Amino acid sequence: MNNKKPKNVFKEGAITSEFIGNSIYKHQTKTSIGAHNIFLGQVRADIVDGKTVSVIEYTAYEDMANNKFHEIRESAFEKFDLTCMHIYHSLGKVNAGEICLFVFVSSPRRKIVFEALEYIVEAIKADVPVFGKEIFEDETHQWKQNT
Amino acid sequence: MNLNIKYFGQIAEITNQNEESIEFSGLIVSELLDVLYSKYSDLKNKDFQVAQNQELVLGDKEITGSEIALLPPFSGG
Repeated sequence: MNNKKPKNVFKEGAITSEFIGNSIYKHQTKTSIGAHNIFLGQVRADIVDGKTVSVIEYTAYEDMANNKFHEIRESAFEKFDLTCMHIYHSLGKVNAGEICLFVFVSSPRRKIVFEALEYIVEAIKADVPVFGKEIFEDETHQWKQNT
Repeated sequence: MNLNIKYFGQIAEITNQNEESIEFSGLIVSELLDVLYSKYSDLKNKDFQVAQNQELVLGDKEITGSEIALLPPFSGG
């Protein structure tokens, strides 16, 4: 798994439940796997000063972001006994209630996937240059801050 | 030297463009920031980090690369 070139993690628009379901299906042939764990980030309709977020529009410093995703991936494979790992992040507009981040880890044993998934998601939030513009129903906006 | 400066998120709202080319005669990152602050005074009130050739750098770092990016707080996921 080492020394691969960075893949493109970004997908235009929301990540669909069909795409997620199909990803699970594709792993049925990998029978050394005993446990999957999945994180789905969903756009939350936050209410700020009486206005509701209806869409987040994502932009990214794409080259640097893909390199960072690659570093996170390499370090997760070093730390944890993973069989495979997939990360997808949306670019562009994603409506409230839709999925914008899909992280999928698989291993022979369950304990590893719980630890690995948290490590990967926290690293994505902290280290990857992605920017979310929270657009309200009245078309005004504010910039998302990760907490 | 000629630098390509990229702007993202709320930083690009201040500069009103996503990237530009700047002729820079200084040595370190903080000198480049002084140039940008004089061009875009609202930048002084903004929280951002600087990346040089896709690596985060501090103000005392020497400018060696041609690709500089001003990155507001990350908010992926």
